[in-house]
Amino acid sequence: MTDIFRAEGLGKTYPGVRANDDISLSVGAGEIHALLGENGAGKSTLVKMIYGLVRPDEGHMQLSGQPHAPHDPRAARASGVAMVFQHFSLFDALTVAENIALGMENPPPRAELSRRIAELSQSYGLPLNPARRVVTLSAGERQRVEILRCLLQNPRLLIMDEPTSVLTPQEAEILFATLRQLAEAGTAILYISHKLEEIRTHCDRATILRHGKVVGTVDPRAHSARELAAMMVGAEMKLVDRSGRSPGEVVLDVRALSTHAAHEGVALKNIALTLRKGEILGIGGVAGNGQDELLAALSGEIASAPGTVTLSGADLSTLGPDPRRAAGLLSAPEDRLGHAAVPQFSLTENTLLTAGGRQDIVKGGLVDNTAARRFAEAVIKAFDVRTPGPGTAAGALSGGNLQKFVIGREVLGNPRVLVVNQPTWGVDAGAAASIRQALLDLAAKGAGVIVISQDLDELLELSDRFCALNNGRLSDPRPTEGLTLDEIGLMLGGAHGMEVGHVPA
Amino acid sequence: MFRLEPRASAPLLWQVATPVLAVIATMITGGLLFAALGFDPVASIRTIFWDPLFGPAAGYSRPQLLVKAGPLILIASGLALGFRAGIWNIGAEGQYIIGAICGAAVALAAYPTEAFWIFPAMIVAGAAGGWAWGMIPALLRNWFGASEILVSLMLVYVAQKIAAWMAFGPMKNPEGFNFPGSRNLQQYPSAANPELIANTGLHWGVIAAGIALAATWFLMSRHILGFRIRTAGAAPRAARFAGVRPERLVALCLGLSGALAGLAGLFEVAGPAGQITESFGSGYGFTAIIVAFLGRLHPLGILLAGLLMALTYIGGELAQMMLNLPASTVQVFQGMLLFFLLGFDLLTRYRIRRRS
Repeated sequence: MTDIFRAEGLGKTYPGVRANDDISLSVGAGEIHALLGENGAGKSTLVKMIYGLVRPDEGHMQLSGQPHAPHDPRAARASGVAMVFQHFSLFDALTVAENIALGMENPPPRAELSRRIAELSQSYGLPLNPARRVVTLSAGERQRVEILRCLLQNPRLLIMDEPTSVLTPQEAEILFATLRQLAEAGTAILYISHKLEEIRTHCDRATILRHGKVVGTVDPRAHSARELAAMMVGAEMKLVDRSGRSPGEVVLDVRALSTHAAHEGVALKNIALTLRKGEILGIGGVAGNGQDELLAALSGEIASAPGTVTLSGADLSTLGPDPRRAAGLLSAPEDRLGHAAVPQFSLTENTLLTAGGRQDIVKGGLVDNTAARRFAEAVIKAFDVRTPGPGTAAGALSGGNLQKFVIGREVLGNPRVLVVNQPTWGVDAGAAASIRQALLDLAAKGAGVIVISQDLDELLELSDRFCALNNGRLSDPRPTEGLTLDEIGLMLGGAHGMEVGHVPA
Repeated sequence: MFRLEPRASAPLLWQVATPVLAVIATMITGGLLFAALGFDPVASIRTIFWDPLFGPAAGYSRPQLLVKAGPLILIASGLALGFRAGIWNIGAEGQYIIGAICGAAVALAAYPTEAFWIFPAMIVAGAAGGWAWGMIPALLRNWFGASEILVSLMLVYVAQKIAAWMAFGPMKNPEGFNFPGSRNLQQYPSAANPELIANTGLHWGVIAAGIALAATWFLMSRHILGFRIRTAGAAPRAARFAGVRPERLVALCLGLSGALAGLAGLFEVAGPAGQITESFGSGYGFTAIIVAFLGRLHPLGILLAGLLMALTYIGGELAQMMLNLPASTVQVFQGMLLFFLLGFDLLTRYRIRRRS
């Protein structure tokens, strides 16, 4: 196996942080090489250096035997490095072909480009119609656009940043088939993920980073997920503890909840669910099937018809977020930056977003800044949020740490019902485990918890009952005990088969 | 050669330094401009920025500082609230004019009665008039999604036409020898907004500006409403999640900034201007936009920026008289100031790195 990419002694220091320290790594032709590590372990810095977004302080890189020192992503692309980011950069209003043309240095004529897109998507089993507008695509399909955009450059090294976090199991399978096919054609693939199982199944080698250093390069198939996690975290992983819970009386009752579709959104159709004290209800489904809308309808961002949302006998349907929080119905939306938290604001200020009333931070309209800081400090301490202090801007925290803060802010609010959407999306394994444990502990204390997630393993691990949200409709709940992945696949709209990612317009 | 690198957060130093840099750059460029026009650049700059306060005729011009800064600060402190929330009231000039007309209407209707309630009633009418004029773009945005930028701006021209109509028609002074313009309220004691302490320029509008500054400072830093305004500007979805109703915020910000602009108009018509004339609007409403941004939407900054802009008004007039500089000097200066401020603003959000 010849090395396509090789890095030796790479180092990068940011003010106060040694992000990368003496990193050496090689990726061979035809290899799917996993890059594993907690958030903040230095994965992003490393791939940014490879992709020309950040310049290393020391060390050097080689691509196909040539020195590789790109000073911007354009140079990196020109020398054969392509990258699919976790967050897509696509214009909703444009078509697939237009989006791809925008990312190219010298786009061919549109008809020619469409033909090449169709060809490539055929040969790699990534069905995609070049004329469709991006807004109508599911997350999985959007990712295909990004992948095709990369493939059109004939990359020698393809970097994938947590690609499966937005995919259904079936879509992930398609992705891996594509990656395998690419690898067989000689492309080197650097694959960043937290999902240990998929790395064990699909990757040839794994380089594990911790605190900016290489812990080791291993054959992932020769290690268990727990061993890999232990190498990542540097300690034994705690298994979540589901004990100590017994469902009590019904605390949240949702009946005949329907909403109108906001533009480009999905309408909720006649949703019914009940939630008991101490119970965790898991709601699965591919993003874009009404998850955001369901959370908004419960948080109070969307009001609904009277009698549709009842908390312990009190009708909250027509009330806004504030009175619902006062009643004990708390929520944490999926999007940490800009929805659950304001990136420019400090953590202290971000407590005011939801905790002003429940923590006595706001009295008679006046903000008690000391109380806000104290509460922020309490969240930081209780949830092990790694940050210099409560004065740090939320946007400066890593995804996992901010998510711990957001979840912690609601959990410490002593909710009667907590609704969370994608609580561990893009969060490293250590943080994800502590968030899950916090949700279980909350339920053990008698709160009802609704977990909306695309991560089926997470739902099976946490929830007592499981239902699926598909195109705005909620399936009947089934006890999680004894439920198999296949059955869940069917509940998620299995009739669509491999096209689960399709989002009806 | 050089490239821009985004900063993680805007350093306080740069936030304070950029307005100062903008002023310096404006002075230099202004000097070059005057030199090109054949004037002595140093003398011109001194006449505009130094002489009004410390020159030989400063005794006359110094009180003008508060007279000009009062309305600018009063309007800008209201505008800053909306700007923080991402609600763009560009039509303060119109709200200023309508406030003046409504306040003057109360006085003219009561004339010649002398009573203690007349001035307070004028204040209420002035604020109400400005509020109502600001609520038009607010309601059009909430009901039909109309851009408040365009609607509020267009309403300035409507307000100017109404002022002209009033000056020539309903409000024309019956004893004014058929000259356009209302009675002079300065000569109507119950309605006048006089200089409270001789030779300071201090009138009720200046006091109102001080109160507005203190109140907006309190609102933005200590009250949950100020937090919600900032949240709405920084992250609209987070604001909605926190329980902010965007429509209410639009109505609040446009209404409040309209009311403050209306107040500024009322104090102006009852004081320094004295009467409603065809050309009552003198651009305070537009200049206040510059004041708000130059002051970084912060009360203390607005205070300093308001004084500085007032200085350019007075200095510009002085330069016209003393050096025969063209009348548009002031506008050129104010325009350059905003231009340089926005330009230098780049430095607060990015750092310049040499590309190696």
